[in-house]
Amino acid sequence: MSDAVLPLLIALPLLAATLPLLAGLWFENAGWPVAMTTSLLVSALAGWLTWTVSPWGTTGSQRLVHDLAGYPAPYGIELVGDGLSAIFALLIAVVAVAVLVYGRTTGPQTDAFYSGYLLLTGGLLGMALTGDLFNLFVFLEIVGLVSYALIASNDDGQAAYGALKYLFLGTTGASLYLIGVGYAFVATGTLNMRDMAIELAAVGYTDPLVQAAFGFVLVGFMLKIAIFPLHTWQPDAYTHAPDTVTAYIAALVSTTAAYALIRIAYGVFTVQFFAANPLITDAVLLVASVSIVVGSLLALLQTDIKRVFAYSSVAQFGMILAAIALQSETALFGAVIHLVGHGLMKAALFTGAGVLNSAYGARTVADYAGLAKRAPITSGMMAITGLALVGIPPSVGTLGKWFIALGAVEKGSWGVAIVIFVSTLLTLTYIGRLLETLYFTPAANPDDPDIAGDATDATDAADAADDGSVVADGGIDRVATERVVVVAVLALSTVVLFAAADPLSALLDPVFGRFFA
Amino acid sequence: MTESLFAVVTTRHAYVLFVLLSAIGLYMMIANEHLVKKIIGLNMFQTGVFLFFIASAYRVGGSAPIVEAGNGPYVSPLPHVIVLTAIVVGVSLTAVGLALSIRLYSEYGTLRADALREVIGDE
Repeated sequence: MSDAVLPLLIALPLLAATLPLLAGLWFENAGWPVAMTTSLLVSALAGWLTWTVSPWGTTGSQRLVHDLAGYPAPYGIELVGDGLSAIFALLIAVVAVAVLVYGRTTGPQTDAFYSGYLLLTGGLLGMALTGDLFNLFVFLEIVGLVSYALIASNDDGQAAYGALKYLFLGTTGASLYLIGVGYAFVATGTLNMRDMAIELAAVGYTDPLVQAAFGFVLVGFMLKIAIFPLHTWQPDAYTHAPDTVTAYIAALVSTTAAYALIRIAYGVFTVQFFAANPLITDAVLLVASVSIVVGSLLALLQTDIKRVFAYSSVAQFGMILAAIALQSETALFGAVIHLVGHGLMKAALFTGAGVLNSAYGARTVADYAGLAKRAPITSGMMAITGLALVGIPPSVGTLGKWFIALGAVEKGSWGVAIVIFVSTLLTLTYIGRLLETLYFTPAANPDDPDIAGDATDATDAADAADDGSVVADGGIDRVATERVVVVAVLALSTVVLFAAADPLSALLDPVFGRFFA
Repeated sequence: MTESLFAVVTTRHAYVLFVLLSAIGLYMMIANEHLVKKIIGLNMFQTGVFLFFIASAYRVGGSAPIVEAGNGPYVSPLPHVIVLTAIVVGVSLTAVGLALSIRLYSEYGTLRADALREVIGDE
């Protein structure tokens, strides 16, 4: 009965999501304990799932399958736990706990927020574990709906506008995905992923209906993942959302959508589809390359710190899309590592930016002048994560980019390899600018006539912080220590994961063996 | 060519309607500056998709899929279930979208996207 862990992982957060609102009728501040308990339980279950499907588990490498309500696979909905889905389930659970610890003192502290938080966790886990195409649509929409609500969860008009924009584009993306699924359903008569892979091979990969189905699914996911030029919702949503929500959504929502795209591209359409349709493959590579370069350039042009990181995500996800279209096992391995690494890096950067914003009101790159002296721990951790994002070893960013570039070279796609190299230089430019401001630009000080002239905006914030006098990292009354600890743990995890290539490859080998059979 | 086009329009009119509805809905969502009308456009787009699923389930002479001896052939029940679920999702989306519109209206006193962009300074 070990497969019971799969429905539990999804049902537990979804059912627990009702509790904060219910408990709120009788108790005050019940939301956080309920959300925390549930997230910890989910983490334990996800850890156990990963252990079970790993080659070191008691039964060796295996694939857990659960038929919901006992209806067997092609007719009923099945949940699948293999190496690939277990990695993402674990990532979701761990980031959920980390962000919840971070958000205890800062986040929107209403019961509705914690209910939404648990719903989002459940929806993401559903996307990670489902083996049915329509079920994936339902979870995609649950995730979408809760994201819109959470982004607008503080009383900020700009956030509401960003959320509404996200709603229009996100729903269009999900509907396009649904059209794609409809086409594939008409072609094959099944919705189960494994069953459809067999049926699609029988129909033929050059059938116009199958090609159109892939096109709709791809464009739908490109909207959800925020690939240039379909990224326009993403910077506004990330910038105006509360810091806690930004960290959670930036780390997980696009990541899980990209995971689902990998699962559908290789598990349903399979690598033979790419081989049979070189035009589609080349088009995807082109769009991905443009997204990498333009995303990096746009990140370079931003002044708002959250916008810099938001556009940086557009570039990083372009890299992952390129890796998907390369049809190389090495590149796909790199894509999975980079997805996990990018999730952790963005969680660390956005939580770090949140700490500096709460403590010093620093929202733009110029505001960061000299903050390293005042907030050495947070600045140091953001610096480490920033360098990981560039790809400086030892970090998980190095691993991901290395394997994607290696896969591109192996496949002879020199263009993609060059684009990744150029984007690394561009990433170095905007991260370098951030580090320079943090460490080498003196803090704007009204007494100092040399710099007061061009940094007037920053002085107000600096003054406010000076008045607070004891506001250092973990400052006694303004920033809770645990928030800094979360930033540090997330940042260090991106370094530690540099050593995780072997265990990850052991987890993924059976899955990739099926994908590239 | 015109003959085959004529045949497509007359025998596959449900699919033609799906394309028209979806395209009009999508255009309305993009081109209209009024937020509520954008939401109506989004609904129309989704309705077009529902129509596609329902049309794909139809078969000539099919009866409702309640299995009894000698009562076949049946229409496919699966797309109906899908559309039922998708309608629920669509209703929730409309609710969230309208709630956000109300929030924006109480904050800025307008429901026009161009006016909002001007106030908010969105690029």
